[in-house]
Amino acid sequence: MLNREDFEILNDGLIYFDNAATTMKPRCVVDSIVEYYTKYTANAHRGDYDNSLRVDKKYEGVREKVKNFINADSVKEIIFTKGSTESFNMIIFGFMSVYLKKGDEVLLTKGEHASNVLPWLNLSKKIGFNIKYIELDENYRVTLDAVKKNISDKTKVISLAHITNAIGDVRPIEEIGKLCLENDILFVLDATQSIGHLKIDVKKYNISFMGFSAHKMLGPTGVGVLYGKEEILENLVPIEYGGGMNTAFSSDGYYEIKSLPARLEAGTRNIAGVIGMGSAIDYLTSVGMDKIHNYEMELKKYLINRMKSIPNIKLYNEDNDSGVLLFNVGNYFSQDVAIYLNQFKICIRAGNHCAKMLHEVICSSNTCRVSLYLYNNKEEIDKLVDALMNQDKILDTLV
Amino acid sequence: MDSNMKRNLILDNYQNPVNRGIPKDNSYKKVNSKNESCVDNIDVAAKIVDGKIEDIKFDGDACAICTSASSVMTKELKGKTLKEAKAIIRNYQNMINELPYDEDSLGELNIYNEVYKQPSRKNCALLPMSSISKIIDSVE
Repeated sequence: MLNREDFEILNDGLIYFDNAATTMKPRCVVDSIVEYYTKYTANAHRGDYDNSLRVDKKYEGVREKVKNFINADSVKEIIFTKGSTESFNMIIFGFMSVYLKKGDEVLLTKGEHASNVLPWLNLSKKIGFNIKYIELDENYRVTLDAVKKNISDKTKVISLAHITNAIGDVRPIEEIGKLCLENDILFVLDATQSIGHLKIDVKKYNISFMGFSAHKMLGPTGVGVLYGKEEILENLVPIEYGGGMNTAFSSDGYYEIKSLPARLEAGTRNIAGVIGMGSAIDYLTSVGMDKIHNYEMELKKYLINRMKSIPNIKLYNEDNDSGVLLFNVGNYFSQDVAIYLNQFKICIRAGNHCAKMLHEVICSSNTCRVSLYLYNNKEEIDKLVDALMNQDKILDTLV
Repeated sequence: MDSNMKRNLILDNYQNPVNRGIPKDNSYKKVNSKNESCVDNIDVAAKIVDGKIEDIKFDGDACAICTSASSVMTKELKGKTLKEAKAIIRNYQNMINELPYDEDSLGELNIYNEVYKQPSRKNCALLPMSSISKIIDSVE
């Protein structure tokens, strides 16, 4: 395992395999948040005293870190949000509501997370653009051919997860980005599941907009990022109005709003969260994104090999290049399996993983999900396999 | 009743549920219920004639507790008047939610009297009752 000692929550035998839901926090992330609250609490962009200036430096410093982490061109392209969901709602209701017209087409897949589906469904009812779902192949993956097949002269946007939370497939985003460039299509990337696991380069992949949450990359909850290519982001209309985003307003109805990025950050932001996210980025960078990915793939291989030895097990996505594995054990309902594993302090996810259209494609709507991260190890996998070998005990926890 | 007996009865109702399968018959009122905190998803259908539950069926995709509780519920409510059914539902909900209840009215449903110890299971046990409540409310 990598750096397991930095995650003290794991010291008492907790086996955490639900990293696609949220991740554990290393000590340095927690310390950076505590330090802000105990040593230099102040608002950002408001004061002329030392602590406030220190906050400004930290807060804007994180913008610079995010910019470098995803290889954006400018800090103006980095907006701090509450997380992916808010980022996607801003993109869709703040930009697409003006950009899209009746009859236009938006391409999604049935494997997308709710936050990359519901805002589109809502807006399409108001505007009348059409949502088309790119067909998934027999392994529930997006192929370049399927994307090409769905592109028409009406296609204005392709909005996809880099890695889906339910299937864990890594989409060919570099090639899709190229297709978007050639066909004058905006490419919206949901990087929620990939940001902490793979190196992302928004320029290389021709990404127009992107959203992610800090808590899936070792950072705190309640904070995330909206990235937008500057010339496009300039046209994103603020959804929230208030302090920090205006330069002037008067009783005759006149108001003037700030330039990017402040324009899109109304009100006091989650300053502690932003600082914690910065610390998480430093941590991930120091470990190395390639090293993290390679380690996860080594663990995944071990997980699949061991899981295959379990009688009556069905694995759904063993070929994917991410740390996500879906499975079912015999005819046991996924939640019964998850509750059984809880007695061994093994945390897995059961259900449909917020991708509620996926059951239209995958035969079973309910699955167990293991999602790995850098602090997991082979011993934990052995314990999971041992527990699942005793299948006749699964329903012992009913009473 | 000891825990082992309760577990066996729950398992039996899970593996061999009774009254499973929704009839294609317009005289049945049907309600779908989904558990907001997990993925249980069941349909309950009841034929109510002259203020009495003449027949009640269920179907769906749910965990052991939800499936078995649906099965036991249909057994306990079939043939009851709406007034009797509402009393059973209220007592059952109170039992799951750790409120005072009359165990004599619950029959086999008493096997769920320890579900409260597993908070994540409470909604599973309550789901079938919320469906039949909706049906009763709609006819009253």
